[in-house]
Parts: sequence; C-alpha cells; structure tokens
Amino acid sequence: MRMTVSDEDMALAAQNGDGQAFASLIARQYDRLFRLCFRLTGSKHEAEDLTQDICAALPAKLSSYKRQSKVTTWLYRVAVNAAHDRRRKQATYGRASDGWGDWELNRQAVIEENQTRADWLTIAMGSLPVDLRDTLALVLDDMTHADAGDILGISEGTVSWRLSEARKHLKSLKEKEGVV
Amino acid sequence: MSDDFKDKFDLDDLKSAMNAATPTLDAARKAENLALANKNFADIQGSRIAARHTPRPNKWTGVMTMLNTLTSRAGLTVTTAIVACGFMIGTPQGRDILNLAPTARLAQPTPPDAAVLDPAGSVSVAPALADETTDDANVAALAEPVMEMAPAVMLSESRSREEADSAIGNPATAAPLSLTRAAPTNDLVAEGMALGQVVSAPEPNVAGIGEPDTESFANDTPNPLKITTEEPVSTFSIDVDTAAYALIRSSLTAGQLPPTDAVRIEEMINYFPYAYPAPDGQPFQPTINVFETPWNADTQLVHIGLQGEMPSIQDRPALNLVFLIDTSGSMESADKLPLLRQSFRLMLDNLRPEDEVAIVTYAGSTSIALEPTQAGERTTILAALNALNAGGSTNGQGGLEQAYALAETMKTDGDVSRVILATDGDFNVGLSDPRGLQAYIEDKRDTGTYLSVLGFGRGNLQDATMQSLAQNGNGTAAYIDTLSEAQKVLVDNLTGALFPIANDVKIQVEFNPSTVAEYRLIGYETRALNREDFNNDAVDAGELGAGHTVTAIYEITPVGSPAQLSDPLRYQAAQTASDSDELGFLRLRYKLPGETESRLIETTIPVLDRTQPNQEASFAASIAGFGQLLRDDTYLGDWGWDDAIALANQNRGDDPFGYRTEAVQLMRLAQSLSN
Repeated sequence: MRMTVSDEDMALAAQNGDGQAFASLIARQYDRLFRLCFRLTGSKHEAEDLTQDICAALPAKLSSYKRQSKVTTWLYRVAVNAAHDRRRKQATYGRASDGWGDWELNRQAVIEENQTRADWLTIAMGSLPVDLRDTLALVLDDMTHADAGDILGISEGTVSWRLSEARKHLKSLKEKEGVV
Repeated sequence: MSDDFKDKFDLDDLKSAMNAATPTLDAARKAENLALANKNFADIQGSRIAARHTPRPNKWTGVMTMLNTLTSRAGLTVTTAIVACGFMIGTPQGRDILNLAPTARLAQPTPPDAAVLDPAGSVSVAPALADETTDDANVAALAEPVMEMAPAVMLSESRSREEADSAIGNPATAAPLSLTRAAPTNDLVAEGMALGQVVSAPEPNVAGIGEPDTESFANDTPNPLKITTEEPVSTFSIDVDTAAYALIRSSLTAGQLPPTDAVRIEEMINYFPYAYPAPDGQPFQPTINVFETPWNADTQLVHIGLQGEMPSIQDRPALNLVFLIDTSGSMESADKLPLLRQSFRLMLDNLRPEDEVAIVTYAGSTSIALEPTQAGERTTILAALNALNAGGSTNGQGGLEQAYALAETMKTDGDVSRVILATDGDFNVGLSDPRGLQAYIEDKRDTGTYLSVLGFGRGNLQDATMQSLAQNGNGTAAYIDTLSEAQKVLVDNLTGALFPIANDVKIQVEFNPSTVAEYRLIGYETRALNREDFNNDAVDAGELGAGHTVTAIYEITPVGSPAQLSDPLRYQAAQTASDSDELGFLRLRYKLPGETESRLIETTIPVLDRTQPNQEASFAASIAGFGQLLRDDTYLGDWGWDDAIALANQNRGDDPFGYRTEAVQLMRLAQSLSN
C-alpha cells in the first residue's frame, strides 16, 4: 500500500503556508523540472539559470495552482512561461548589449558548448521555430497531446498540428543533410 | 526506407537522443535553487500573513467593538468610559491607543502588526500596551467584556469534551478540535492528510516567517557496541520523556520521515505503558527478561522494566501548579496556544479542589495572568486561560524566574510544587543558551520545585532547549501535537506526570565477561552517565512518576556466539574472573522525594529464557526495532519494516488506549515513506 502524500495535496498544503510541504514538493519535482528546462533551452547552462528563475518565482506562482489540475501540468506551464519570458528578456538584452563584450563572450561560450556535442539534436532543435520547439519538448517529456495543449494553452488539435509541422521540419533537415 | 518508418524514427530517435543529451544536474546548484525557493516561500508567507491578518481598525472600530460586547451592567459602569473614548477619538494620541487597545484587550487571536512583521525583534506591543492601559481607568473598563465571556464558559460545565470546547466563544479555540489524532481504526493517511491541512489551513505558521524550520533536536550518535572485557559496566539515567515519539508521529502523519536526530529510541519505548509486575514495598520494581533478539538469532535482548508504584488518588499530596505559558507571537497558530488552552482545560477537570493553580505568561515581558487560585474556582481559571493571547518576542528566563518565585510563595508543607512550561521552544530573547538556562534551573531544582516542559507546534521547536530544561529541572518533556496527546499526557497520565515517587533514578549494569562478549544499549544516548556518577548523589538523573514504567533494552552477544563482531585479542589472556553463568548484575539507585541520600536496589540478570518471550518485552523490542529503522539500522541485518510490524502486531495485548495500534500504523506509514 502506497501511502505517500500526493503532489496535489502537498501543493495545497503549501498554498496554505506549510513550508515543509513546499520544500518537499519542490525537492520532489526539481529533477523533472530541470529535465524539462533542458529540453526547452537545449543547454545545461541555460537550463540551470531557467530552473533558478522558476524556483525563485514559484512561491509567488503557487496561488495560481488549482486543485483540478495535476501539479506537473501546472509546474510545466510555469516552466514554459518562464522559458518564454527568459527568451524575450534575452532578446531585449541582446539588442541592448549589442557590441558589449560579455554578451558576445556568452554567446561564444554557448556556441562552443553546443559544438562540443555537435550532434544533429542541437541543430535540429535549434532550427525549429520556438513554438514548435516548446511543443516538441513537452511531448518528448512523455506528456500526452492533451496535457501539452493544456500547458501551452492551445487545443489538442493544435498540438498535433505543431508536431506534424515539427516532423516535417526535421525530415527536410535530414534530407538536406543526407543523414538517414 | 519508407516515409512511415522515417517519421517514426524521427521522434523516437529524437527522444532517446534527448534523454542521452540531458546533462546530469549540478547538486550544489540544486541545493542552492531549492534554498532560494524555500526562502522566497517563507518571505511570501510573511507578507501574506501581514496582508491577511493586519487589523485595520478605523476610528470607529474600537467603539463599535466595545459597544457590541458591553452588557447593560457593564455598560452602566462604563458610561464615563464611553465619554472618555469619545475624547480619545478626538485626539490623535487617543486614537492611537484605541486602534490597538481592542486587539490587546479583547483576546482576539491576532497579534498587533509589529509582532507579526518582526517576530524575532524585541518589540512587544501587547504587554507594553497592557501596562500603559491598565493605569488608565477608562480603558481598563474595556477589559470588562473579557470577563463577561466567562459565564458562557461556565454554563456548559459538562465533562463532555466536545461541549466544553464548543462553549468557548473564541473562534480560535474551536479550530484545533479537528486536530484530534487519527483514530486507530481509521485510515491513518487520510486522517494524517486532513491533519496536515487543518493545522496549516487556519493561519500559516507564524513562527515560519523569518526562519522556516528552525527546529533543533537533542541527540547523540547511537550507542556503539561495547566489548565486555574492556568496558564491563554501563551506567545511565532513566528517561520518562515522550516528546520524541509524538514528534515522530507528527512528522509521519504529515507525510515525511522524521529527522534522524529527532529519534530518541528510549523515549519511543517509554511512550507506551507496560504491564510489569507491581512493586511491593519499594517505590518501584525492576523486572528483567532475557530473550532471543528478533533481528538476530545469535544475540539476546536483556529487557529491564521498572514499574513505579501507583499511590491511590486520595492519598496524593496537594499540588501547586504554576503554568508558565509562552505567549510570544510564534505561539499564535492553531496547534499552539489554542491547543494549549484546550489541553489545560482537560487537565483542570482532573485536579482536586484543594490543588492550587497559577498562570504566568511570558513574551517580551513577564506577567502574572492568574494569581494562585484553588482548582475549584474553574470560572476564574478558565477566564484567565481564555484571555491569553499571543504577541511579542520571547524571554524564557524572565518567565522562569517569575514562575519559580510564584511556586515558592504557594508552597506549604507536604505539597508538590511544579512549574509547567508550555512553549514552542522559542527562547529568542535574553538567556537563550540552553546551558545558561540549565545552570539557572539546576539551581532552582534544589528548592524542590519540579519543572515539566510541554512542547507545542512544529517548525520552530527547540527540542534541545526543552530537553535540557526538563532533564535539569527534575521533570519530563512531552510534545503535544493533538488533543488526544494532551489527553494522554495531562489526563490519563496526570498522576504519573505530576507526582514523583523516586528522584534521580540511575541504572548501572555490570556484564559478566565470561558469558557476555559484547553488549549494546539501545537508546539512552543523551542519558549516559559516567561509571563513578552512579554512586555520587550530587549527580542528577531522571525522575520516576507515580505508576510510570521505564524500559531499557540491551542487545548482548553471548560468548561463543557466531554473531560476535569483535575478534578476541591475541596478546591479552582472556580473563575469566568468575565461573558464574549469570549474564550480569543490575544496580539501581534512587532517592525518595525530599531525601538527599540515595537507596540501592541490586539484582542479578538471569540467563536466557527459552520459553515464549514476554508479550510486554516483545512489544518494547518491536518499538526498539522501529526506532532503529528510523535512525540507524546497522545492527538489524535483513530485519525490516515487515518484521517490526509483525512483531508489534503479535504483541499488542489489551491496548486499552489504542497506543500500540497507533504505533503499528505509524510503522506502516514509515515503511511506505521510506520506500
């Protein structure tokens, strides 16, 4: 008989101010969260920063959790939104810091990291438009189309459509490279 | 290659590539991020509480509250006060006083803002305000409504707990009703869940604002295996505290394994009453059982049980009780002060009319909430209990000084005086160092006043301070997490908890090296004594209450057993001092209350009993196993949760209060949590 407290109950207790429940909940979910962050960003460095952003903001977001949904669904939604915010911020930062040395250095570092494991995964994921990439990241993380739709705030049909778009993209990419 | 295949290949391969590419996460970074999240959580709790609970009185609130609660009788006497209040509203100073005064006076559970926002600071709004306002005759009249609430409490002076509880007008006291411990027959998890939610639902733990989870536990490393030829003598003090068990229960029912340092095995074993043979003539009777160790067929358990005598209730001396109640801001949540009020009400029913009760409260400052009053005057005592409210910081020692002084004035010949300290363990002002307090209490102990410590609430519990106080103040430490636990500690065991029958009880066991190769004392790490302390009457030890049982368990390895962990020495001749086949010799020292010279009981430890082991001893062994599984299972081998549960289940016996049944359920909970 499994008698472990469910994530959902933990989240509710945390909403009511139970610090221990919150600590347990986030400790339980951290690894999963990090994994998703990696899928969303494609770099360890970025994934860590994104996870930190989410951890920092999570207590404030807790009130948005509703009993009807699963904690993972809610958490993934928070993560996808955070990734989105981060990308937007980086775009702004990137424009503002054009010509600044450290931005270029950062970019070089990321490029270098990606090159060290220059498999087609990075290239493939990198070549996808952002919305397709997010969708794919969720589906690759064992989310059903319905869950992914729920997280992204789009219909299940849209998820399926985006996935087939992503496949088309990847296929053409492969054909271009002649890798099969 | 068909398109179809390629399509499939795309996603599956992408997925495995993705899994392979996912980097291992950085543990340091993880810890950092988790800490950040928890810190932000705690911060946000603080602001949420402030936003939700900050009283926002306007200039009319004070008057309205007062008019609503005034009765006609009080109203007549207070007409002038109303006029004065009108004056106060007209002036900014008066308005300031009024805005806060109702909060402080009408026993609302909400502390003033400053106390909420800065629990660690030394601001103590409520007491300071009380001082200010008591001088003011007009505002003092505001206290009237509080006293008026008392008859309402009186009306239903029914013994029924439920009724008595609901009779209290204060909404905060109603909340912990649902805290009642899970009935053993119910699904403990479901109840545990409900408990977790109910505890946190009414208002988040105020103690958690600044520093969440600042609990500290008193414990030592588990007792190591001793080799009899090197160290044949083991000496320790008895321990009748039960705090550790209740803490473990509170953790498990909240769905978490307890911190290993919270597990004091002797307190778990001693939580349960055992039916050992009653004493005859002496204050207590030792019983020794030797049987095969459940977790190791090649070793034996030496089970030492002490049964204290139970004097008849009529014969017990009059009691002087000084309740020393922590009313700091951190005591506000439902499982603290409100539960405490209910607990003490339960206890009050079991006192005799000639017993005397006084209440001292301490927060930033100390005040006497109830002058010494005969227990028969329930109305007065209940009114004083209900008027308690939380606010301000904590000055533990100031309170202790006052309580001891008050106990001193109540003392007459033949009485038993006891200070009962109720706290969440937060001594954050003044002498908070456990050792400084300890020195003070050791000093007071010699005056003959006992000290019991009751812990309430989690998140901030300073278990180490509580232990230190109780051990040095000749008393017990209990942790009260539910009303049922209050019932156990303050009602079922009232006589035992309040009437000592033997002081400074020390146990010394000398093992016989010709029969016992190795031994290990299970638990009692914090109670170890030096060998020479046994005969030194100046060295303090644990107290035994009326009817209490105390259990100690040694695991011994007989000479020649394959379970022996140490090899015999090559260069030292094996000494066999005696050819006796006894396992060892037990010595007990104790003092009768009021005496300073100790008495001695001696008895031999018999050889292994091959008959069916004693039910009581076997249950104690199962709890010892439970404790070791939670803490350190080095010596248990393959013996696991299923075995502990089976052993406890077989030996539940009568279990009239359901304690043992509950223990089995906690074991099952712990089993699934540790998977």
